Amino acid sequence: MKLFYRIGQYLLLMKQVISKPEKRSIFFRQLITEFYSIGVDSFGIVAVISIFMGAVVSILVAYNLDNPLIPKTMIGYSTREMAILEFSPTIISLILAGKVGSSIASQIGTMRVSEQIDALEIMGINPANFLVFPKLIAAIFINPALIVFSMAVSIFGGYLVGMLTNLFTPTEYINGLRSWFDGFTIVYALIKTVVFAIIIVSIAGYQGYIIKGGSIEVGRASTKAVVYASILIIIFNLILTQLILI
Amino acid sequence: MIEAKHISKFFSDTMVLNSISAKFEKGKNNLIIGRSGAGKTVFLKCLVGLHEVDDGYINFDERDFSHMNRKGRKEIRKEMGMLFQGGALFDSFSVEENVMFPLNMFTQMSEEEKLERVNTVLKRVNLVNANKLMPGELSGGMIKRVAIARAISNSPKYLFCDEPNSGLDPNTAGVIDDLIAEITEEYGIVTIVNTHDMNSVLKMGDHILFIHEGKVAWQGNKDEILLSDNNLLNDFVFSTELTKRLKKQ
Repeated sequence: MKLFYRIGQYLLLMKQVISKPEKRSIFFRQLITEFYSIGVDSFGIVAVISIFMGAVVSILVAYNLDNPLIPKTMIGYSTREMAILEFSPTIISLILAGKVGSSIASQIGTMRVSEQIDALEIMGINPANFLVFPKLIAAIFINPALIVFSMAVSIFGGYLVGMLTNLFTPTEYINGLRSWFDGFTIVYALIKTVVFAIIIVSIAGYQGYIIKGGSIEVGRASTKAVVYASILIIIFNLILTQLILI
Repeated sequence: MIEAKHISKFFSDTMVLNSISAKFEKGKNNLIIGRSGAGKTVFLKCLVGLHEVDDGYINFDERDFSHMNRKGRKEIRKEMGMLFQGGALFDSFSVEENVMFPLNMFTQMSEEEKLERVNTVLKRVNLVNANKLMPGELSGGMIKRVAIARAISNSPKYLFCDEPNSGLDPNTAGVIDDLIAEITEEYGIVTIVNTHDMNSVLKMGDHILFIHEGKVAWQGNKDEILLSDNNLLNDFVFSTELTKRLKKQ
């Protein structure tokens, strides 16, 4: 029963979130701030994780290619497919659920316990819309940019392995990258990313918004935001893959 | 005028407010007093609509606030200002941005006009040259003053203060009381202050509502409170050894 109550509460909150902003100029100002805090601030961690992950994937594929009949171009091809189909949209979204989700939940939760949300409400402002909507829109637009960036960086990570080791040559890697490319895989990855962005922000916003109590609850909400968003990302990853690719 | 009629509020099966009725007039300092847990804050939050009432109604100048939809309430809320116990200043905004916030949201003023209004209200609460400070850099008294400045920046018709003196030393508490009383008179607004500070009660209580276990146990003013024969009220007012001795004398 509690699960249904929570789902209902979440949907009602989302109804409040997705409404016309009070003042457009203020909304756009907030949007720029959120683009920065959700997106620009995350480029560093995304770059580091992506470059190493791309490098590891290429090494693993090279290590497993012991059949001389399979061309080494498979390394570039596999790295690209791994990055586009799964690693960048899903794993990076999980990382963002931790980084961005916990930050949103604790920010909104702190505002709740220090009565800042009540203050907004008293002023006649819809706090859910004011606080969560700009984050949601920012994430929907900036997360795909982060994921495309991650794809590029992880593919480059594989290329670096080719340059720095003699597992394969950069030419073999690039030839692999150019093989059997289907543009729809990018569309699939971006669809997933947008859904994951909505999950990350809405779950974190919800967990922060419903806090009752003090600072300990803020920590709990932050943890719950990351855990629930991660679980939902994994579940929706399966559902979307089944729906879009099969 | 704000009129509350037969307000009842339950949390699960517990009755927190039991048919509270009161009228709060313009230009007066209306004080709600009572022990911790008596229902003062719940009543104040019902008045401003942060809690829904389970029974009764609340009128703001003949407008039934408790049965209004969100849009209707929004219009009345634009006429409200509230001072929260902890100030509830927005952490990421400077003093100036905090005070300017209601003006940014609800007025079409130019930047110069808004800044002028901010400086006027900050001067009114005796805070000059503090525009660029962040809430983390302010003392308790300064936070309350900025919160008052924010509450009055949009010229509200109704001012609500939830324990404005909590956590302040007696001198600073007195300054905040004076400020609230002066603003009430100067702007001709309906002010409702939730407090258990007896100094505030005796200093500014034009109309006092004593709540005990969710019910109105006594109503009167600062002159009547010391002479009342209401035992519940006397137990609350003369709760310290010093005041008990003074009462005997």
